[in-house]
Amino acid sequence: MIEFFSEMLSYGFLTRAIGVGVLVSLCAALLGVSLVLKRYSMIGDGLSHVGFGALAIAAALNLAPLQVAIPIVIVAAFLLLRLSESSRIKGDAAIAIISSGALAIGVLITSLSEGMNTDLNNYLFGSILAITKSDAVLCVILSLIVIVMFIFFYNKIFAVTFDENFAKATGTNANIYNMIIALLTALTIVIGMRIMGTLLISSLIIFPALTSMRVCKTFKRVVILSGVLSVICCIFGFILSYMYDTPAGASIVVVNIAAFLLFSLFGLIQTKIPKNL
Amino acid sequence: MSLLKCDNVSMSYDGKTVISGLNFSLNSGEYLCVVGENGSGKSTLMKGILGLMQPTTGKIVFSDDLKQNQIGYLPQQSGIQKDFPASVWEVVLSGCLSSRGLRPFYTKANKETAYKTMERLNILNIRHKCFRELSGGQQQRVLLARALSSSKKLVLLDEPVTGLDPISSKEMYYIINEINKKDKVTVIMVSHDIISAVDHADHILHLCEKDAFFGKTSQYLHSELGSRFLFSNCNCDICKRTNCAKGHRHD
Repeated sequence: MIEFFSEMLSYGFLTRAIGVGVLVSLCAALLGVSLVLKRYSMIGDGLSHVGFGALAIAAALNLAPLQVAIPIVIVAAFLLLRLSESSRIKGDAAIAIISSGALAIGVLITSLSEGMNTDLNNYLFGSILAITKSDAVLCVILSLIVIVMFIFFYNKIFAVTFDENFAKATGTNANIYNMIIALLTALTIVIGMRIMGTLLISSLIIFPALTSMRVCKTFKRVVILSGVLSVICCIFGFILSYMYDTPAGASIVVVNIAAFLLFSLFGLIQTKIPKNL
Repeated sequence: MSLLKCDNVSMSYDGKTVISGLNFSLNSGEYLCVVGENGSGKSTLMKGILGLMQPTTGKIVFSDDLKQNQIGYLPQQSGIQKDFPASVWEVVLSGCLSSRGLRPFYTKANKETAYKTMERLNILNIRHKCFRELSGGQQQRVLLARALSSSKKLVLLDEPVTGLDPISSKEMYYIINEINKKDKVTVIMVSHDIISAVDHADHILHLCEKDAFFGKTSQYLHSELGSRFLFSNCNCDICKRTNCAKGHRHD
């Protein structure tokens, strides 16, 4: 057992990927609770597609991928929020437009620039080899920023998520906190999509929150449990991926599905058994 | 000095003027009920008082010791999701947020305020329960506690009994009465339930397209607007004598 882990961690790139993966899972799970409850589950999906387009542009122009993708995705996040607020185009339609549009542009650019077919696959489904040392440092710093800001604004995020009307009416600037949530989500998506892949990153946001809502009844417990669960699922996913030589992103999602089913069962048993038993 | 004063206020919504030239003032400790038909501008007026919308003309003035963020607010129920995981304690405590400004965490004093408010409204025993599992009446009581946690001076209740069964409604009116009479909290309530409104409130503001009525409840009962809205519920001597049914003048 110990030998197995020491062998696994002897690969520098794998350790790096696990470190980044764990931090991203934690960030995504914390933000996910608020996003899922605000009915913004698909925002992660939309942003990751935008991230894909941005990475494709960066690769074609030979620029550093993260430095290009981060500002573009942040702009897209603000745009999505604005579009969702104005009643002309509803939230889900706005996300659908932006995500499919960005995906199309990304695919066009990759097919126009030569010899990028393996890269395309890596972008879509993730790769643990994609994280370079400097990327890893940037990822760690960004994740820590996300976690610290989340803790700092925790009470406000709760108020804005639970009842935006009340928060606004009593003098909390709900728009600013919505923007902070969007900004943090954008950062998390960009740093997470290299490992998880464009098509799978949104599951990191949605699954832990939904899973912990099966059994927990207070906001705080839901947040804490989804953070813990997400990290555990991530580590198990990496182990699964190492043992059976499967893609890390997909393995993590599969572990998350298993956790969701398990907790749904718990939740079901909890409600079926009378309290005074 | 009145707690709240509307000075020739006009407000529009979606480019349409819904309130024009409204004047009224409210003193500390009073209980005002705002009634009117759908679309008469009740919600718009609420938004104006809460500072979410600016009047097109005129102004809404607060007394010196009442700041904009010191208004407790009970929104219409529709805003809250049915499946939200939150404990009663978390909900009530979030009412203290308005006094926190940019400071991130609640103090001991905030928690004490929340605790005492819950004690006052008799919901201390359910504070660890999940908000979504409560009955409609209990949910409204929790939201009232949240409003009171953010302010002990003025609370604004937007249709607090809509959707409640008769017993819960009665309880809700009783609690509102208590906090108004005993704790001296000024109450502004928007309601469709005109009968209970005239039963409980000491002032009525009736918003109407042509002219609004503002005055004491006893005056309202004898006004043209009031008797039209209340149909035969006016029980004054003139009515009994003339045996009229509806729509009469008392002046």
